[in-house]
Amino acid sequence: MQYLWYIIAGLIGGVIGGMGMGGGTLLIPILTIFLGVEQVEAQLTNLISFLPMAIVAVIIHAKNKRIDFKAMLWVSVPALVTACVGAYFAPRVKSEWLSKGFGAFLTLLGVAMIIKIIVQKIKSKRRANK
Amino acid sequence: MTMNKLQKSERFSVVKKILIIITSLFAGFATGVFGGGGGMIIVPILTGLYGLQQTKAHATAIATIFPLCLVSVIFYLTHGGWEWKSGLVVTAGVVVGGIVGALAMKKIPAKWLQPIFYILMIVGGIKMLAQ
Repeated sequence: MQYLWYIIAGLIGGVIGGMGMGGGTLLIPILTIFLGVEQVEAQLTNLISFLPMAIVAVIIHAKNKRIDFKAMLWVSVPALVTACVGAYFAPRVKSEWLSKGFGAFLTLLGVAMIIKIIVQKIKSKRRANK
Repeated sequence: MTMNKLQKSERFSVVKKILIIITSLFAGFATGVFGGGGGMIIVPILTGLYGLQQTKAHATAIATIFPLCLVSVIFYLTHGGWEWKSGLVVTAGVVVGGIVGALAMKKIPAKWLQPIFYILMIVGGIKMLAQ
């Protein structure tokens, strides 16, 4: 029965991710809040579940020439360094802290995205008025 | 005058490059330590700072995040194991859901789904903070 919920959690995260809205940011809290998965375990599952989809997406996008490889290098090279630092600490810090940190990160991201939507709406309204 | 303009635009691009590096450092750390969420930072970096259009930015972001996730997985696994049975079930759900989401995106615009999704994120985030 528990597995059914795991599948449903994955499906929700997958649909949101497939629509390009960042599914992992919702999959992780679903796994921890509703299914009682340990924070670091939920994070690892999210990271792993991203990989097969990403391989397919990258191949399709590369074929359609939608990937800007220069831009990719500009971002991924510095990000790779700090990703190692973050991933080194994640399994080592107290689960409670990691959970709270993630909660703060999630809240900030959500607020930032809503502000972005509002700003875009105001801008497009102004353009329409001109 | 032209000289001045040129210098200005050059300085601007240097500032942008520095901003790209700083924000990328943050996005990488977030991906590693929180196991996700990097895309939501990287897409705005690519559109706002690098100047890519939305479709290209989304595609490029996936290619950018892939190595970050891969090294993160390796770091996580070297410290502890993975509950692979439940993890694989979730992964199967994500793969099927991902295909459905990608196909649905052509039919349902994400526009009105986005605010709901972001509000859920905030609610989930506050709940985790309060626990």
